[in-house]
Amino acid sequence: MSNVAIEAHELGKSYTLGLNKRGYGTLREAVVEAAQRPFKRGADKRKGDTLWALKDLSMTIRNGEVVGLIGHNGAGKSTLLKILSRITEPSTGYAEVTGRVGSLLEVGTGFHPELTGRENIYLNGSILGMRRAEISARFDEIVEFAEISRFLDTPVKRYSSGMSVRLAFAVAAHLEPEILLVDEVLAVGDAAFQRKSLGKMNEVAKEGRTVVFVSHNLAIIQALCTRGVLLERGEVIADAPINQAIDNYLRTLERSASTDLLERTDRDTRAYDETLVRQLEIQGPSGQANAVVAGQAATIAVVLTEELPSMECQLTIANSLGQPICTLDSEMSAPGDVRESGLGPRIECEIPALPLVPGRYRIDVIVKAKRQIQDGLQAAAFFDVEPGLVGGRPTAATGSEGDIALPHRWRLPV
Amino acid sequence: MLRPIEATAPHPETIRLQPTRGFSRVLAPRELWRYRDLAGQIALRDITVRYRQTALGGAWAVLQPIGFMVVFSLIFGNVAGISSNGLPYPLFSLSALVPWTFFSTALMLGSDSLVSNAALVSKIYFPRIFMPAGVIVAGFVDLAISLFILLIIVFAWGYAPSVAILTLPLLIAIATAAALGTTAALSAINVRYRDVRYVVPFAIQMWLFISPVVYPSSQISEPWRTLSAINPMVGVVEGFRWATLGTGNAPWDLIGISAVSAAVILAAGLAYFDRVERAFADFV
Repeated sequence: MSNVAIEAHELGKSYTLGLNKRGYGTLREAVVEAAQRPFKRGADKRKGDTLWALKDLSMTIRNGEVVGLIGHNGAGKSTLLKILSRITEPSTGYAEVTGRVGSLLEVGTGFHPELTGRENIYLNGSILGMRRAEISARFDEIVEFAEISRFLDTPVKRYSSGMSVRLAFAVAAHLEPEILLVDEVLAVGDAAFQRKSLGKMNEVAKEGRTVVFVSHNLAIIQALCTRGVLLERGEVIADAPINQAIDNYLRTLERSASTDLLERTDRDTRAYDETLVRQLEIQGPSGQANAVVAGQAATIAVVLTEELPSMECQLTIANSLGQPICTLDSEMSAPGDVRESGLGPRIECEIPALPLVPGRYRIDVIVKAKRQIQDGLQAAAFFDVEPGLVGGRPTAATGSEGDIALPHRWRLPV
Repeated sequence: MLRPIEATAPHPETIRLQPTRGFSRVLAPRELWRYRDLAGQIALRDITVRYRQTALGGAWAVLQPIGFMVVFSLIFGNVAGISSNGLPYPLFSLSALVPWTFFSTALMLGSDSLVSNAALVSKIYFPRIFMPAGVIVAGFVDLAISLFILLIIVFAWGYAPSVAILTLPLLIAIATAAALGTTAALSAINVRYRDVRYVVPFAIQMWLFISPVVYPSSQISEPWRTLSAINPMVGVVEGFRWATLGTGNAPWDLIGISAVSAAVILAAGLAYFDRVERAFADFV
């Protein structure tokens, strides 16, 4: 009996770009295209029209392995999970999956707002692949985990978003497949619930089930997985023990931050296909680039290609493991904020006294205009925080005890 | 030699995921059976949700055909004076409207079923045919309610169904086959081309008038009367009239042709669905 759970052999998945850009074609376009086809052979097979989300991907995952998929946006992680969970077919190659697969690509898939919590547990459970009897057997456990027992017979549309997310995760967490595919679902609920969810995932991983896990939070990946597979542009570029794979990924992140941002393709552009973020500049008090001092002023400037009306900006600072520390959001305005006409195509964020311990940090950036995301980049820049004084006190040497340096004062007996 | 204990556990099945071509795919009975619980839950959801937060609830299943009956009786029965083969016009039209409403609602909701469940289709694997099929199963509840009311009205009017009423399951089966074949095809096309949304309401109205709902098919001259039964709703509607009102001759010729036609529509619709199903998640 083989102990291989997933065997992928030269998997490939291609998308036709033309259709994706327009969303979906209309019948008229299809008819027109069909009529034109005899006249423009050759022209249809332009290379640029096809995007390979996955290319010749081969890998073997054994029973009981907990594998983290890491990589930039658009590296093919989600596409791989979609193929393994049978949602979409590969274009080339094949994968063999042995055992019952449960996939958790989005929390709350299939929740119906009009149905009550009780009804949704059954619906969602069977959508995730549980038998009715299994759901009944674990019903109380699910309700207890989600902490919603009082609202069982209330339609889910009256739930707070926290409640419905808790319920959704609770159902999913009690799924017992042999192979579990998880995409970025732990970042839900409040901190206490997140810890509980993480504990549950840990339990699942330790029970000897096969888990394939996608998350942008490297700390979670590091805690859960034993093996890491690093994808870039649809190809495996590293397959190693988790720490090594993460190191590898961090190095590619820094490399991409040091390349010209305009050339990066792993963007969150929703509104236009235009690239907007040109460069990030991080300046310390004396004006030197990319080196700032703990406890002193720092300025993060986002240099853009053009000015758009009523722009907003969101900067997320993450530690070296990719765990977000804080988000600076211009939409949450404060009295000190100003809009200047002479600033040109750039957005600046000033931090009066940087409360970070020495170490390496990265910045994710999102630029919005007219309430819509125009451009977004993860790991748009890296910067080093040099030791300094926070509130007159020297900062800890390393970030091993947290990332934040708070100004504070002690009162001690003599 | 002792056998290891794990040998009693069912051997896990290996599924091969690869590009498929032609008709090699999923409407396989085993696959549908494996996901039977989900099929039940989806049908249950469609039934439960249909009339949630409506004041009149299941009464809508009856109000719609009754409303049409009143309007049709006034306009086509009184003003236009269309023949109803000697039957009271309200009975004549209601007995046709009951199966017609089942069919048109199935088309209306079913053709949109994959698109309105896009979140599900793009995140979870299941045999996609459950979506249009669930809508039709939910329609059976409405059909049962309106059929019950129809029979009450028939009795109240002093009519009584004959043994012909035993053919109702067959007629409902024909309507179901036609509805499933059509909605399977329409819902699949809708994934790629949202034009379907605009075509369906309009097509349903046209379809109403090429089916003998407001007029008897005896008004059509041969050979067109017989040929018209290629539209499966012709056999169903005339059959319903004969079966529930207990009068007239058995329209076996129409029912027979319609049954064959419905079977062809079902096969063609499912075949098309099967062919394009694999790409739904990429386009929906």
